[in-house]
Amino acid sequence: MSRIDVLKTYKIFIGGKFPRTESGRFFHVKNKKGDLLANMCLSSRKDFRNAVVVARNLQKSWENTTALNKGQILYRIAEMLEGRKSQFISELLLTGSSKSLAKKEVEQSIDRLIYYAGWSDKFQQIFSSVNPVASNHFNFSSPQAVGVVSVIAPNKFPLLGLISVVAPVIVGGNSCVVLSSEENPMISISFAEVLNTSDVPHGVVNILTGKREELIPHFASHMDVNSIIYCGDNKEEIKSIEQLSVENLKRVKIYKRKKWDDKQSQSPYFIEKCQEIKTTWHPTQV
Amino acid sequence: MNLPDLSKIPKIDKLGVIERTNRFCKRSIKNSAKEMGLHLSLSMIDLTTLDGKDTPEKVRQLCYKARHLHDSMEGLPNVAAVCVYPTFVSVATKELEGSGINVASVSTAFPSGQSTLEVKISDTKFAIDQGADEVDMVISRGKFLSGEYNFVFDEIATVKEVCGKAHLKVILETGELDTLDNVRKASKISMHAGADFIKTSTGKISPAATMPVTYVMLLAIKDYYKKTGIKIGMKPAGGISTSKQSLQYLVMLKETLGDDWMNKDLFRFGASRLANDILMQLQKKKSGFYQSLDYFSKD
Repeated sequence: MSRIDVLKTYKIFIGGKFPRTESGRFFHVKNKKGDLLANMCLSSRKDFRNAVVVARNLQKSWENTTALNKGQILYRIAEMLEGRKSQFISELLLTGSSKSLAKKEVEQSIDRLIYYAGWSDKFQQIFSSVNPVASNHFNFSSPQAVGVVSVIAPNKFPLLGLISVVAPVIVGGNSCVVLSSEENPMISISFAEVLNTSDVPHGVVNILTGKREELIPHFASHMDVNSIIYCGDNKEEIKSIEQLSVENLKRVKIYKRKKWDDKQSQSPYFIEKCQEIKTTWHPTQV
Repeated sequence: MNLPDLSKIPKIDKLGVIERTNRFCKRSIKNSAKEMGLHLSLSMIDLTTLDGKDTPEKVRQLCYKARHLHDSMEGLPNVAAVCVYPTFVSVATKELEGSGINVASVSTAFPSGQSTLEVKISDTKFAIDQGADEVDMVISRGKFLSGEYNFVFDEIATVKEVCGKAHLKVILETGELDTLDNVRKASKISMHAGADFIKTSTGKISPAATMPVTYVMLLAIKDYYKKTGIKIGMKPAGGISTSKQSLQYLVMLKETLGDDWMNKDLFRFGASRLANDILMQLQKKKSGFYQSLDYFSKD
């Protein structure tokens, strides 16, 4: 007797749980031949709103986690991903990637996590400074997390792109709500399963699947989001993000790069993008 | 006044109550109805601070908040009352003079109610002398659970006498009463003993207000009204922190007791965080953007 296929129900990832979208809507993901691969949740603005609430609640305690511990947790994500490499490779194959490219993307994703895990307790030194001032003060500047970051992940490189953007955000002590690749969202939810077993506090990373057109206005306008990262080069979308972000002066970061597998795709400057520099004046004589 | 006949209280069907209250959460309230509901909820809030660490400054700040919920938004109602410990009643009365906002004081050895009747009476007297318009008393749950209903009844009746003109809200502390049948029984005792309001919780015990508990109390109020023609008020307190919840409670209120109860004279929310959430919702409606607590006053 043949077995009945057991197919995965792809849901979204909010606060360490996998709920369905509150809207009950879905969209089809198909492969290049046009076969149906999965029904994905078509997230609504309310899913985003709920995700921001948990991201906000968690952010301070994540920021206050020691740098060492944050690094360990990022390394742990890499370890978990390594253990499930074959699953991720076959998921990329499903959506039309070649064997060698899929393997390369997964391995680079793992390496990228380890790269940022390493920076966890080091980027502070690079971006800090002691400033000369003309008074009796010891004056120094150091980076702090900006808070809650909303992320529009790259459409290409559905796994590597997502990790390249999210890892530097969270290693800097931010929490985030991510809209996964619209073209290829399945793998982001599988990655959420990895996050969920890697000691990442629930709510630090939240992943939604859905349509950019529908969600971008809310990602950009929410008053409780401190920064937005947009990956892509659609001029209309960029303009709309820049306009809506003015309301609470979000820091807007636009990554127009098409490739995420080259050397330039990883650097401590990606961490710095979601840091705010705090300067302290400390009196040295009274 | 005598202890009512408790043998005639109907048994509560717990599952039925839960089913029914779940239904109340499924009404779709949008646009102008939502806005009206949110305004109504705001006007029913008893802004509350009941911490050991309270200071006159904290109370003054809360009173300021009560008078100025969010000045940049026009047409907002005031909250119904500010609820504090007896020692801060004078501070609050002074701050709220002429605003139409009542001062409510907890009393009778709040929150445990573990003290002698003399202490409870003097506690209440003090609050009244200081100028409290409303008194929130707690019942003796220990006595209630051990079946000394007469004791509980007499205590409420005595405190009611001390209150005089001031409104008396009786806190059942449903989180400690274990069953819905007990809630129903305690509601009946309180109403017959002279309560103007019955209130779910002190906010110090979890679970505090829940919809099933509130529903059972509303039903008790309904029965009492049918029998005597007297309208008793209801105050769920503790654990209601989102505007969505407040709308669900209003739906339950309307569908159980009707329009007569849909005002601050007969329904209150005991809450401290609810006001800001409602303000954020109203601002969201106005601006179209989801809001952040950063832009609203903390207390």
